[in-house]
Amino acid sequence: MSETRVSIHSDADIIAARRMGRELAEGVGFSGSELTIIATAISEIARNIIEYAGNGEIVVRQTQQGTRRGILVIARDRGPGIPDIELAMQDGYSTSKGIGLGLPGSRRLMDEFEVDSTVGKGTTVTMKKWVA
Amino acid sequence: MRVPILKQGHYLIASIQSALTDADLLQLRDDLAEMAGKYRSYGIIVDVTALDVMDSFAVRTLRAIAHILKMRGARTVIVGIQPEVAIAMVQMGLTLGDTFTALDLEEGLELLESGRDRRE
Amino acid sequence: MRNIKGKGTTISLRNDSTSALLTELVAHLRQNRTQLREEWARRITESQLLTAMTKEEIFVEATSVYDNYVAVLETGSVEALQAYARDLSERIIPRGVETHEVVGIVLLLRDVLARSLFKKYQSDFALLNRVLDAYEPAANRIANTVAVGFVQERERIIRQQQEAIRELSTPVLQVRERLLILPIIGVIDPQRARQLTEQLLRGIRANRAKVVVIDITGVPAVDATVANHLVQTVDASRLMGATVIVTGLSAEIAQTLVTIGVDLSKMKTIGDLQGGIEEAERLLGYKVILEAGETPPASKRPAV
Repeated sequence: MSETRVSIHSDADIIAARRMGRELAEGVGFSGSELTIIATAISEIARNIIEYAGNGEIVVRQTQQGTRRGILVIARDRGPGIPDIELAMQDGYSTSKGIGLGLPGSRRLMDEFEVDSTVGKGTTVTMKKWVA
Repeated sequence: MRVPILKQGHYLIASIQSALTDADLLQLRDDLAEMAGKYRSYGIIVDVTALDVMDSFAVRTLRAIAHILKMRGARTVIVGIQPEVAIAMVQMGLTLGDTFTALDLEEGLELLESGRDRRE
Repeated sequence: MRNIKGKGTTISLRNDSTSALLTELVAHLRQNRTQLREEWARRITESQLLTAMTKEEIFVEATSVYDNYVAVLETGSVEALQAYARDLSERIIPRGVETHEVVGIVLLLRDVLARSLFKKYQSDFALLNRVLDAYEPAANRIANTVAVGFVQERERIIRQQQEAIRELSTPVLQVRERLLILPIIGVIDPQRARQLTEQLLRGIRANRAKVVVIDITGVPAVDATVANHLVQTVDASRLMGATVIVTGLSAEIAQTLVTIGVDLSKMKTIGDLQGGIEEAERLLGYKVILEAGETPPASKRPAV
């Protein structure tokens, strides 16, 4: 299965990440609106990386579970980490400029969503979407 | 990439040509604010037909544009939101608030015109 | 630190001597390409596989499959093979080729090549064993990949056809200029709901609709999920500049929705479809775009 990885340093990388993510997802067989949903979710977490950690990486991978096909997105950073994940998952919560919608927003778009974060070490967000 | 802004009578039309970085969006906000003040525009149309993704930052910035322009006496209409983008936005729970939306440029201008008539 | 894989998947169990052997047998398979491919094509016909295709077609496909097969043995990368398997499937499925045929021909190729290896290395039993140790896992992996690729492609096509059928069964109707009606009949599952929304929004764009009437008289049950989809569809339509009127909402369903927590004030609702169409025409006739909370001016413009 195909995989692509994008380094996230600047806001231009956000566009690159979602473009490549969309390309890979296209190969899996998602519909038009699902592709946009995936690209939007990638955009959200990519921006999250920049806003909270400064830089990081996004990996998008075609994935499979039995005959079910889907897309896997992993966003990794070595930023400050999220002290209270539950709080961060609530709408409207933000520690930096403006109301952030990154985490709860992407969760609403994807089928599976997991946040793994350690204060002082970094954060990994893993999300999946399956072809209907 | 700077978004081209055209002046059409009392209106400004900003036509987004391709995906915008965060910096581009903020630049657009500033450009529109400046031009609306300079030309005392009645209304602004932001055409997002070419955007294949509208995430929370884009939506936030568009709302900010509408808000700033409202304070300068101008109405904002967002036109050209594509079906897939609309679906993603509502699924994520993103709204444009009180900002007006229309299908395309033509509808957007008509909307601005009709609002203007009522004011006169 | 997690082990990060590179692009694609490599076949495991490769060490230096296996690599060297594979290189050798790949060279052998390439050298004897013409003869082995012919042998394979012959056995395909003998087994009465690919009867839907002509001899020439079989020859062309056989050549491609053979070359791809050997290339995968050489590089260990199944990525190219997966792409080819999907491509091949896309071509032959419409011609009526079935799963057992595809699996059959790949296994035949595996056997033809294996026999050729037997013949070449028969004088050295130990070497033959090492050659087979190198060849077999790779060959089986290939057979598996092609079979799975074919099945997935079939499933994709079936899904596409189902979607097309669903689309046909729920037309978005344009009854007046700028007015669309979407009558929904039957049970709505999440997939159908998604498709309805997509169809409606594309319809709004194509017809430049300003008003949409969604009639749910024919929907037996409206639960929280359906209500949610409805609200999302209304919101998405409004983002595209269309006003939505929902009709066919019985008092009972309205009550249920309120109980669930749906904000009905966001939606224009009217009892029946006829009433909804009249309201829609009224909206279009005035050519006034209503803003939130405002009522249309009493007599400014004549109704069309």
